[in-house]
Amino acid sequence: MRTHGIEELLSDHPVFRDFDEETRALLVGCGRNEHFRPGDQIFAEDDPADKVFLIRHGDVAVEIATPERAPIIVETLHTGDLLGWSWMVPPYRHMSDARALTEISAISLDAECIRRKCDDTPALGYQMFSHLLPHMALRLRTLRLQLLDLYGPGRGQS
Amino acid sequence: MVRKVQPGPMMPRRYRVRRVWQELDGVTSMELAPLDGPPVGFQPGQFNMLYAFGIGEAAISISGDPARPDQLIHTVRSVGKVSAALTGLKDGDMVGVRGPFGTGWPVAAQTGRHIVIVTGGLGLAPLRPAIYHVLENRQDYAGLTLVYGARSPDELLYADEIKEWKSRFDTDVEVTVDHATAEWTGRVGVVTTCLDRALAGLEPSNVSALVCGPEIMMRFAVKSLGDGGVSPDNVWISMERNMKCAIGFCGHCQFGPDFVCRDGPVFRYDRVAALMAGKEI
Amino acid sequence: MAVVAGSSVTIDDPGALVRALRDDGWRVIGPRLGDGAIVYDEISGPGDLPRGITDEQEGGHYRLREGRVGRWFDYVVGPQSWKKWLFPARQKLWSARKSEDGFNVEPATETWPKTAFFGVRACEIAAMEVQDRVFDNGDFSDPGYGHRRAQTLIVAVQCARSAATCFCASMNTGPRAGSGFDIALTELEETTEGAFLVECGSARGAAILERMETQEPQKRHLEAAKAATRNAAESQTRAIAANVPDLLRGALDHPNWEVVADRCLSCANCTLACPTCFCSDVTDINDLTGDHTERWRNWDSCFSVDFSYVHGGPVRRSTTSRYRQWLTHKLSTWHDQFGTSGCVGCGRCIAWCPVGIDITAEAALFAEPSEESGD
Repeated sequence: MRTHGIEELLSDHPVFRDFDEETRALLVGCGRNEHFRPGDQIFAEDDPADKVFLIRHGDVAVEIATPERAPIIVETLHTGDLLGWSWMVPPYRHMSDARALTEISAISLDAECIRRKCDDTPALGYQMFSHLLPHMALRLRTLRLQLLDLYGPGRGQS
Repeated sequence: MVRKVQPGPMMPRRYRVRRVWQELDGVTSMELAPLDGPPVGFQPGQFNMLYAFGIGEAAISISGDPARPDQLIHTVRSVGKVSAALTGLKDGDMVGVRGPFGTGWPVAAQTGRHIVIVTGGLGLAPLRPAIYHVLENRQDYAGLTLVYGARSPDELLYADEIKEWKSRFDTDVEVTVDHATAEWTGRVGVVTTCLDRALAGLEPSNVSALVCGPEIMMRFAVKSLGDGGVSPDNVWISMERNMKCAIGFCGHCQFGPDFVCRDGPVFRYDRVAALMAGKEI
Repeated sequence: MAVVAGSSVTIDDPGALVRALRDDGWRVIGPRLGDGAIVYDEISGPGDLPRGITDEQEGGHYRLREGRVGRWFDYVVGPQSWKKWLFPARQKLWSARKSEDGFNVEPATETWPKTAFFGVRACEIAAMEVQDRVFDNGDFSDPGYGHRRAQTLIVAVQCARSAATCFCASMNTGPRAGSGFDIALTELEETTEGAFLVECGSARGAAILERMETQEPQKRHLEAAKAATRNAAESQTRAIAANVPDLLRGALDHPNWEVVADRCLSCANCTLACPTCFCSDVTDINDLTGDHTERWRNWDSCFSVDFSYVHGGPVRRSTTSRYRQWLTHKLSTWHDQFGTSGCVGCGRCIAWCPVGIDITAEAALFAEPSEESGD
């Protein structure tokens, strides 16, 4: 029953709904339901990046700790977003903290499971990366806009 | 043979600062009243040239309620000599005012449509009059969505009002910041992300979008609007260029064939799309 | 002899016209020698006019030479234009003084006696008419400019000669002025009886001419006058094609901009010499006490780096973008703004560019297909 539930949830998710059914079925075995309460730490910097989270519902703060003051939130992720990409790239360790801002329901996919299945079935690997890359690209573009500090006080003539 | 040159459009009218208050660090709002004559009406999106005695003039958009011209409000950020002088004004001080100048947001003509307002930083100031107009005539519009981005939570302009607007059931407000400390429970990211989300729930052919902020933000916001199916003749932006005279004589504010002071600052996007794509125009 | 607007007379000595104007109390601004060039300044009598002088003009080159003895108007336009007087390079707009409760603003005063411009060429009349539309754009007008323009009598000179840099014929602004003058002189080849055809353009002009001794023109005078300007037109070698405004509209990314910018010094000479350029800046000048301030308007140029300054930097950072702004404004977007070209074909920008950039040659390059296009 639970396996069937994951497949349904995956087919609903904006990232995975574009995968063909066969590929999606391959991933189901790597998946499980996850739930977090507000304030829970989903993962911490330097933790092994052993899961990727598909946020079904809720808000997550991606933050980086700094010595003298409160952690800085560099990004918030919401319903439909993917949390975690360090699982794709060695050394497979998280680069930031992630904290639940609200109740979170999510599906996690075991990273090692995905990587193994991608090695076994290259077609799966290709689909994974070609579907995930556009989302990464969007995150990169967004990050660049944040970097530009567009609303910072400029120096002007008048 | 010696004659007084007629007071022309370059002469400022004298206004009294009724009150001044701080909005943010380095950002001040002021309410002005004319010394002589009745208050002058304005369209949302228009601007005045404010003169600080002996220092100079700056183009500042009007950010009060167009239905209340007797409360002439400007929000100024201190970035240079003139704006520093303006933000340093006290109750009772005198300023010079010329205007109002320029084209306004076409809100009165967009009845029946869903108004999407996309702005960031101080870009909210020239849009607030449009927001006021829509809220005061809310039944005439299909909807109102505000997407606002700021640098950080303590740099949200008009934060109290945003909260008030957010609490309304007939208005959708999405606020996002570039970065925040852990106390912030809202969004951290860029307006385009919020905008994409907001558009997903709307019928694009009924959207009229008003966009104001740094040029980069406007460019990307317009792209998101386009990707979301909103056509460029339903998108308006507000341009900014160097202004000295505001009456089309000095040539400084030219943007292609247009004078931003007379043909703008509000432009329908299809008119300026080719210029926006160019560099150093 | 009764003279009316639209009629012509002949005279032998243009000096008599200068004297008639002076006697009638007119301040006369006219061409005179200054710093090796023909400049427009006040003249007190015909002796101040640069008689017997001609000019040699090419790209980046201007020299005065001894010309035909006795000829009054064999030179053409110099570095200055009449905008020097109608749209002064520095003009006080208003002053303000601190008061107990703030400050008081006082409009500036100006002295503009009744003034005659003597020796105005057709391209210069066209330039004034171009600037008229700038300084009265339908919403706002410059009251000072309007007053000076209305108060000024125009004595035109129809060109009998073109410099190599002239291209007014292709811009339809000359060498003959059809209107816009109170009086127009054409210097003929006659040595006796009627060396000048004088056209009367207005009642104001007629009033002056009636105070002079004039003769009825003969057919040969009228034909000679037409021939003179026709020869001047036909001798012109430079031109700007009629489709240039459209070509430039689509040429924002043309590779040629970089090529010309490589030579351009961004020195602003062209904008200073150009009779239609109108860009200005405003400055606030205080006295030492800080109690009294004045707001002045000064000529500015789109070639200056700060011209497009906004939010911490100029929009037009590169010389390429500034040259493009000047050329596309002058020859193309001016049409969108004011319904005419900004260029009157006077050729000053060609002569006074230190590196001899030729606006007609640059405009022509945009007519050529760029390397990227398939044709």
